[in-house]
Amino acid sequence: MPPRFTPERVRYDRRYRTLDKYRFIVGFLAVPLAFYALFVISPFLQAIYYSFTDWSGGPVANFIGFDNYRKMWNDDRFWDSLRVSTLLLVVAPVVTLVLGMFFAYMITSGGRHRRGRAIAGVAGSSLYKVVYFFPQVLSVAIIAVVWGRVFNTNSGLINGGLDKIGINGPAWLGGDETLGLISLLIVISWSFVGFYVVLFSAAMGSVPQDIYEAALLDGAGRARTFFSVTLPLIWDAVRTGWIYMGIQALDTFAICLVMVPPHVLKVTPVFLYERFRDGQYGYATSIGVVLLVLSMAFSLIVMRVGNRDRIEY
Amino acid sequence: MGSTSVNRREVMKRAAAAGLLAVPAVGLLSSCASGGGDENKAEKGEKSKKNPLGVKTDAGLTVYIFNGGYGDKYAQFVTDMYAKKYPKAEPDQKATEKIATQVQPKLVRGKPTADVVNNSGADEMNIGKLVHNKQVADLGEVLDAPSWDDPKVTVRETLVPIVEEMGRFGGKPCYQLNIALTVYGNWYSKKLLEQGLDSEYPKTWDAMLAVCKKAKAKGIHGWSYPGGHPRYMFFSMYAMFAQRGGRDVITAMDYLEPTAWKNDAVKDVFEAWEELVAKKYVLTGFDGTEAHTEMQTAWTKEGKCVFVPDGSWVENEAKDTTPKDFEMTVGATPSLDSGDKMPFGTLYAPAGEPFIVPAKAENRQGGLEWMRMMYSKEAALNLFKEVGSLPVVKGAIDGQQLPSGTASAKAAIEAAGDNIVIPKFFDWYNELFREDFNNMIHKFMQGQIGAKQAMDTMQKASDRILKDPDITKIKKA
Repeated sequence: MPPRFTPERVRYDRRYRTLDKYRFIVGFLAVPLAFYALFVISPFLQAIYYSFTDWSGGPVANFIGFDNYRKMWNDDRFWDSLRVSTLLLVVAPVVTLVLGMFFAYMITSGGRHRRGRAIAGVAGSSLYKVVYFFPQVLSVAIIAVVWGRVFNTNSGLINGGLDKIGINGPAWLGGDETLGLISLLIVISWSFVGFYVVLFSAAMGSVPQDIYEAALLDGAGRARTFFSVTLPLIWDAVRTGWIYMGIQALDTFAICLVMVPPHVLKVTPVFLYERFRDGQYGYATSIGVVLLVLSMAFSLIVMRVGNRDRIEY
Repeated sequence: MGSTSVNRREVMKRAAAAGLLAVPAVGLLSSCASGGGDENKAEKGEKSKKNPLGVKTDAGLTVYIFNGGYGDKYAQFVTDMYAKKYPKAEPDQKATEKIATQVQPKLVRGKPTADVVNNSGADEMNIGKLVHNKQVADLGEVLDAPSWDDPKVTVRETLVPIVEEMGRFGGKPCYQLNIALTVYGNWYSKKLLEQGLDSEYPKTWDAMLAVCKKAKAKGIHGWSYPGGHPRYMFFSMYAMFAQRGGRDVITAMDYLEPTAWKNDAVKDVFEAWEELVAKKYVLTGFDGTEAHTEMQTAWTKEGKCVFVPDGSWVENEAKDTTPKDFEMTVGATPSLDSGDKMPFGTLYAPAGEPFIVPAKAENRQGGLEWMRMMYSKEAALNLFKEVGSLPVVKGAIDGQQLPSGTASAKAAIEAAGDNIVIPKFFDWYNELFREDFNNMIHKFMQGQIGAKQAMDTMQKASDRILKDPDITKIKKA
């Protein structure tokens, strides 16, 4: 209530003050939260419901219990796709975060000690920051199409280049699963690394200079400084990035669908999409629910594993 | 950034936040909600001699055309005819490569915006499901209607019989209508084969291997394989299954019988191909989504291979790269030996380019009328002129000057007579072809698996579909 109308009795009561504070916060958050509930949460609950039906796009959806999940358990195609998705979930974040951290460190503190500062980026780092971010502003579909051309067996950029130096390039997307996975990983990492460079640069930028100066006086080199000073101080950002990248990797849909022919490999979202296309909506939503559970489990595990004491500075 | 340790509540908060981040990962699922089964308020007009289907003359019409190898100009011709007859309707035609993406969501909700759809291409809607859910109209009304050119004859009588046969799904009603005949088989350049290699078209498999050997000596591959779209191999294999073992073999495949892919005829055909692959007669290296185009270019422009597995759309699709004196020709699949049950000339030649009318289309009668116009002589002739394929309307292209590929396709159909074979499972259980055969044949063409594993894989897939409660089975009548 506005202060004028607050009864004298409770005006100075601490409990009322707390209530008042939350009322203020809730007032501001009500509209966005309502939107979120309507457009994100409610479809979720609907999807979970549909996953227990045999809905196939018609007006009727019969409740069939766990039949869809049973079917999934016995479906080799699902396990094949899950194997690929799990591999991506494990490997893609590692590759992307390591690269992102390396670039960010080079940009913020990899250079020579100029202008009397303890740390400085490599020459041209302000330009690199912009360039790394380029893939982020491209549409995913364009990335997939362009890279598909790059990987082309006969006329692609990679094999064309290898030809020039006398190496017969492999068929990247020609059916070999390992090569297909490598191609997919390259594209995923390439397209996301810019985001993590920016994220980690910001985190590193907030680390106070005097800690670096002290490390320098103690005679720490660049690598030592990174592992003993920078990494522990930006750990929170790393963990957030890890979760986010893991979810991105699980959700690799468009790139895989557009770039990789379906007989080479499939990620689970592509398999889900195909079931949708064949009108098996109930089955498709049950696969979606499994993906949701996997994303949640992954986030919680990373939360637990990556839990460290926060360092004050 | 003050606290020295993270307390439990903090963890829970962050976990919740991370969970919310994870939420959009399955956001794909949220885009659909099942529609109610409300009344069909299709617009109807008065039936008359001039308007046998009772089209409401001022109701709008929306046509969706798959924009693939055929383009959409042939359909625009029909849409223009419609506009001429019903000027108030202002029909609207949309062309897309993604039919399911564009049409299906609204159709599933029971509020389709399309009145007639060319359900074709890689992103086609699963017709079996649409039939099962009663989302497509019975097109028998079109077939029973008097034809556009001659009111004394029904539309049915003007078409080749396989059109209706292919639109049926184990029952009487006909749910999809095709407009063009597709001839599948082994496509080659007559000039290269007869002058370059000094050979006849091989009618037996031994002769085929001999031609390949000759080609190899000249530094050309006898065959080619579009690795990005492995399923193309089916076009040159399917008729051989029937040839080898008779119609029973392919009927067993259609009805998912427990030994459909396990019999000797299938084995013999796979083994024949296995030999061809093992001898390195096949040109490979076309991977990715444009594989078929790359292969066709290597075949027409660069003359790197003799035979390609393809369908009769190839003449139109590859016309920009085809030399004038190429003499594109289709050949029927070779016989294995004298033990074959069906003669050489047996042809895999279904009607193609399916059209459907949504059951709840706002202007359903208009959609049916559009189909009736599509089957008029002038539209059929125009279809031929635009895309060079054979229309299903009898006698529509009599007396026309045919390009070489189309002429050979027409000749192949005439030579086949009654020996036309059509894989019903192609429409009924599309995933068996599009996914299982596709994935299996890729390994086969790479030489990673042999005939035995190929048969096992296909049988396993066939059994899986038979057991899958989500797929409506068609029972043998």
